[in-house]
Amino acid sequence: MKFDHIIIRYGEISTKKRNRKSFVAKMRRHILWSLKDIPNVELTANRERMYIILHDADHKEVIARLQGVFGIQSLSPALKVERDIEKIKEAALYYMNQLSDPVHTFKITTKRADKEFPYVTNEVNHLLGGHLLRNIEGLKVDVKNPDFNLLVEIRREAVYLTGETVPGAGGLPYGSSGKAMLMLSGGIDSPVAGYLSMKRGLEVEAIHFYSPPFTSERSRQKVLDLAAKLAEVTGSFKVHIVPFTDIQVLIQQQVPANYSMTTTRRLMLRLADQIREKNHALAIITGESLGQVASQTMSSMFAINEVTNTPILRPLITMDKLEIIDLAQQLDTFEISNLPYEDCCTVFTPASPKTQPKREKVNYYESFVEFEPLIEKAIQNIETITVVPNQQTIEKEMEGLF
Amino acid sequence: MMIYLDNSATTKPYPEVIESFVKVSTDYFGNPSSLHGIGTQAEKLLSTARKQIADLLKVKSAEVFFTSGGTEGNNLAIKGAALANQNRGKHIITTSIEHPSVMEAFQVLSEQGFAVTYLPVDATGRVSVVDLEKALREDTILVSIMHVNNEVGSIQPIAEIGELLKQYPQILFHVDHVQGIGKVDLSLIDAGIDLCTISGHKLHGLKGTGVLYIRQGVRIAPLFSGGNQEGQFRSGTENVAGIVALAKAMRISLNNCVLYAHKLKEIRTVFYHGLQEIDGVQVNSPVDGAPHIINFSVPGLKSEVLLHELETEGVYVSTTSACSSKKRTASKTVLEMYRNQERAESVIRISTSFHNEIEEAKQAIDAIGRAVAKLEKVMR
Repeated sequence: MKFDHIIIRYGEISTKKRNRKSFVAKMRRHILWSLKDIPNVELTANRERMYIILHDADHKEVIARLQGVFGIQSLSPALKVERDIEKIKEAALYYMNQLSDPVHTFKITTKRADKEFPYVTNEVNHLLGGHLLRNIEGLKVDVKNPDFNLLVEIRREAVYLTGETVPGAGGLPYGSSGKAMLMLSGGIDSPVAGYLSMKRGLEVEAIHFYSPPFTSERSRQKVLDLAAKLAEVTGSFKVHIVPFTDIQVLIQQQVPANYSMTTTRRLMLRLADQIREKNHALAIITGESLGQVASQTMSSMFAINEVTNTPILRPLITMDKLEIIDLAQQLDTFEISNLPYEDCCTVFTPASPKTQPKREKVNYYESFVEFEPLIEKAIQNIETITVVPNQQTIEKEMEGLF
Repeated sequence: MMIYLDNSATTKPYPEVIESFVKVSTDYFGNPSSLHGIGTQAEKLLSTARKQIADLLKVKSAEVFFTSGGTEGNNLAIKGAALANQNRGKHIITTSIEHPSVMEAFQVLSEQGFAVTYLPVDATGRVSVVDLEKALREDTILVSIMHVNNEVGSIQPIAEIGELLKQYPQILFHVDHVQGIGKVDLSLIDAGIDLCTISGHKLHGLKGTGVLYIRQGVRIAPLFSGGNQEGQFRSGTENVAGIVALAKAMRISLNNCVLYAHKLKEIRTVFYHGLQEIDGVQVNSPVDGAPHIINFSVPGLKSEVLLHELETEGVYVSTTSACSSKKRTASKTVLEMYRNQERAESVIRISTSFHNEIEEAKQAIDAIGRAVAKLEKVMR
């Protein structure tokens, strides 16, 4: 017995009105991409749902892929059988036996769309229910609050059985909310912030500040490895690598140590904002979490945020570190982030950065320094890398070794 | 003529594997912990090897830890798990037919105050899941069971045991997979395995290489103190060349396992039936055992004598397991299965690999027949 199709239920999209079409189109594209190497599967849609017609594809594999597509509320595999009551009985038993969660109580809901079917709804319910009770030990009927509701739909062309509901990723279809730039440091938080933003429908590109020799080639590689993880969502992920050494050196020379961190963040944000504008994005995403470090206190954010009025999205702002680590582990980014290489956030940290910086003061210190030429130079020398999932990062001559 | 039938002792490394080892040792000799470019290259090789092995085992890269081989893997898994979890209980379980590296590790732990249960095996060399369930206690923290027995090739019901142990999440499940990998399928994830030992030189890799799979979230205590390499579980500069060679050997072996599974089975059938037809020979391996191990006894005949007689004919076999054959003791597994001292003292093990041929099996059977007939005249 084989599964015929998978029902895809939309989440919040179904509440949208006039722009609904574009949401569905975006999700459709993402679904097709995620299934692109599975031959023969077919996607059809109506107002309420989409259907993947399997044509011999393994339904478990297809469901696993679909669980990575944003905007899907839930999924249900469905069996298709002939309009023969014995065949239907057999299929009902098969469906019950392949469920992964244990089922103790059940009910059957039959929809008899084809009124010419020889048995009426109640007869079908009784026949199938009796068959299941006879064949599955310990099973009981509970019509009020069953563990499992087997849905049987009798149509003119065939009979469909479904009922198992597999949760989808939720969120909104990728790209349906527009584009934003993620400040990706290589730490634990920023990849999680990026993922959550993508889940909410944003198309995301990353910005990374690279300061050789103060940060190593390895920390840069770490960022690309993280990007490769994020690329698993849609197949590719862009990283803009910004040379930041000159600016950082100038800050160290010109700004008092306890304010250097605040100024560094302000300059990063200014650069990020220019890159955002060049790439037609509408927001900047950070992995900040309130009070986690000196630059993420309310006063710091107030002082740093002064340099732009572009929306800054902080998906993790109210999360605890442990909650963030939990998510990072689910995304498989934790192990990569946790590698101990110096990155731009850790090298220049002063012994005691201001946790309560003042806007007036930071503006006063910065007023003596000419940053613009260096900012312009950094923007001109940005290296943009498109990362794909599971990217082989080894050189050509190493390949034969494996 | 050379017919090598001692592949469970060690296998001949593939030429491609040695090539990789030489190239890495020559061109990428850096220490993966060094921060400069030469170190970075070595680190890349290390992480690529880890990824490849993780993919082959269908686990995560972060769950693959490199060791020096089966003995270290078993010691690290068993002692590490027992020591790190002894605050939750001090009862540990294994079988009576394990490899010495497991047996001795349990022995050491029992001297340190752990209570050990040794599960018996039946005449087919298998433990029973019912026995295991009965042996479980409130304070059980570790169950260690080999997948394929190294002496007779019996296959333990790892999947069923894993299923049972899923109901006891506080118990860690270690599997010695050294003889099984590449020969008998095992899904680490489906079987709910927490720790799994693999050795490089049993799958045509190099000696001194191995993998310990440690499921994410499982804590064990390290055996070595040092630079905290391998996620702090195994200090010591990584054997990058050996590890890359291992990744390649595992890829080729698992591929060959699919290509030559049928041939391996056929060879076993030739041995199984051929041996049964020789007078005085008793086959010890179960009918449904692993496809690459056949163990037999010629009661009354010292196995070492038979081994050397076969050697003069160019057939290389083993008495019991290579690791214990120097001690000249009886085969523990055969003794456990048949409870017959004479039978256990006259044991010969034939172990094949993908590169043996059916013709070799036939020649070996003839040689065994001749040798047994000749020696029986002299020794009885």
